[in-house]
Amino acid sequence: MDVVEVTGGGRENLVPGTPLLEVEDLHIEFHTQDGVAKAVNGVSYSVAAGETLAVLGESGSGKSVTAQAVMGILDMPPGKITAGRILFRGEDMLTMSPKLRRTVRGRRIAMIFQDALSALNPVLSVGYQLGEMFRVHQGLSRAEARAKAVELMERVRIPAAKQRVGDFPHQFSGGMRQRIMIAMALALEPDLIIADEPTTALDVTVQAQVMDLLAELQSEFNMGLILITHDLGVVADVADKIAVMYAGRIVETAPVHELYARPAHPYTRGLLDSIPRLDQKGQDLHAIKGLPPNLLSIPQGCAFNPRCDRVRDVCLTELPPLVPVADEEGAELPGRRSACHYWRETLHG
Amino acid sequence: MTADGAGPTGAAVPEEAAFAQEVPRGEPILEVRDLVKHFPLTRGVLFKKQVGAVKAVDGVSFDLMQGETLGIVGESGCGKSTLAKVLMNLEPATGGSVRYKGEEISRLSGGALKAVRRNIQMVFQDPYTSLNPRMTVGDIIGEPFEIHPEVAPRGDRRKAVQDLLDVVGLNPEYINRYPHQFSGGQRQRIGIARGLALKPEIIICDEPVSALDVSVQAQVINLLEQLQGEFNLSYMFIAHDLSIVRHISDRVGVMYLGKMVEIGSDEQIYDHATHPYTQALLSAVPVPDPTARESRDRIVLTGDVPSPANPPSGCRFRTRCWKAQERCAVEVPPLAPPGWLSGPAFHDSACHFAAERESGEDVGSRP
Repeated sequence: MDVVEVTGGGRENLVPGTPLLEVEDLHIEFHTQDGVAKAVNGVSYSVAAGETLAVLGESGSGKSVTAQAVMGILDMPPGKITAGRILFRGEDMLTMSPKLRRTVRGRRIAMIFQDALSALNPVLSVGYQLGEMFRVHQGLSRAEARAKAVELMERVRIPAAKQRVGDFPHQFSGGMRQRIMIAMALALEPDLIIADEPTTALDVTVQAQVMDLLAELQSEFNMGLILITHDLGVVADVADKIAVMYAGRIVETAPVHELYARPAHPYTRGLLDSIPRLDQKGQDLHAIKGLPPNLLSIPQGCAFNPRCDRVRDVCLTELPPLVPVADEEGAELPGRRSACHYWRETLHG
Repeated sequence: MTADGAGPTGAAVPEEAAFAQEVPRGEPILEVRDLVKHFPLTRGVLFKKQVGAVKAVDGVSFDLMQGETLGIVGESGCGKSTLAKVLMNLEPATGGSVRYKGEEISRLSGGALKAVRRNIQMVFQDPYTSLNPRMTVGDIIGEPFEIHPEVAPRGDRRKAVQDLLDVVGLNPEYINRYPHQFSGGQRQRIGIARGLALKPEIIICDEPVSALDVSVQAQVINLLEQLQGEFNLSYMFIAHDLSIVRHISDRVGVMYLGKMVEIGSDEQIYDHATHPYTQALLSAVPVPDPTARESRDRIVLTGDVPSPANPPSGCRFRTRCWKAQERCAVEVPPLAPPGWLSGPAFHDSACHFAAERESGEDVGSRP
């Protein structure tokens, strides 16, 4: 394996469409006092340069755990990757040497977290924290690193960056802290950014600023972006393709327009139907009945069966595989898959 | 009901029965006028000297009508939760008046205040922290009866609690379970059952669904709507999710930095907003429809909300407003219908240059 090839500053070879990350059949378990929680049960997805993949799911669906495994920040134990591969540009990160893995994860993949206040170190200035990466990864001096930090803060439009570089995280507003997180993620010009609920803690007007900034920087550098969220509105705004997760599995994948127009899984349909619509004023919302499953005892067969209105006998016993979906004429729809025994009825009915 | 100014007659302290009178539907049950809540900023340890104040709520007026749902929207720090606390009398108001059925709340004490409190209840945002983990569900829901034993005599309490569990869609047999044995959505139902226990007339919901999973939010919203019809409740629904607020509200008020900037029917606010802040807020909401991506006409506000300890002079939104002129820095725009507008645009809006958006497109609506 050529270390230089993986770790070099190869910004120019990032052609849109180049596959960056492929997660293949990933399984993750958590060993807890109450038993084994199967958090991720065979998840596969891929992201290419310049592409935005949205991973949509509720709490406990495994969307964040999968990302943590990719970033190597999964708590092990209690977590354990029991099967699967995580390929970054064709190299399996789970089997490569720890040293190489660290450089890949540090330089080529970066992560943005939901809560910027707890993700930043409260006792160090933001300038120090931003500059730290240049000192560690590029060996710059303190003064050089500080200058770079100012540059980054300007890039994410922090006003008066030169004066504020010495300020501490609590002196910034929520939106600015999140922009500093983005600056930090961008510092080493990664190929791939994983954003885990990046705007959930922010107000809508600030959310719009942050998402715009992220989209702009992404298209400028042709980065790949994995956006982990539960917000159907944000997904519709920025994603190219979507993977919907439920109980540790991907239940549906589709290009963004098609997913919203014609979902092929009852869970996706339920989520879309539960959004309040204008013509529903004064009526009940179409809520999904029941509760998200307990990962310690995922239902037999299809995990969604206790909440599904189309449930039949086969759903109670047989786990539906994630299969390609076809239109009425039988032609396969590119990029579309569904893990429902009755995807035909859901899609066409 | 007491007429204006009849308050300080001394002997006329209303007994609990005074509030038993029903307010006709569509009449104000709660009248809020120029409500002010300032939190003092002090310096020094021993001799605390006030050096300023956080103006969390700064002159807010509105009516809550019997049987209606009034939505309050705004970003964090705009004062919507403080407003709820002042209305609940959990925080004393710095100034202004809150009248419940014509009676000034801040002037009440003893039995009358207790009666008011019984009739105004609250459902909190976070069902994980607002329920005591060491109390059983039965104790949590039954606790209000300890303070107001007249609602449910001692012997009937268990039955009353089980009825409440049933009303909010939980199994009455769960009465001896602890909060940790329930999911977030179920906990919020417990919080709602506690809010209903004393048969209140007004329920203030402070972000009741924002901590819940998407698939569960709709269930709780449906429950709240169903209960409103069943018990003839008036809701004040505080939230930041504009689509949910539109769904549940009859009227909507928009707050910014301690002020109400616009208030009107849901249609007036969502389709005919005239205040620039409301327009920006509505345009910033992500619409769950990818086909709207290109056609969106988003107003992205620059900068952050100023500190409520030192709000801008004149109109508080002027520092982020694209319409701001010199006049905005000097004159505080009153919350009143702008005389130059007509039709659905004619509703309370605190802007010197209130006008509907030029493009006239429906930026806030769902597909």
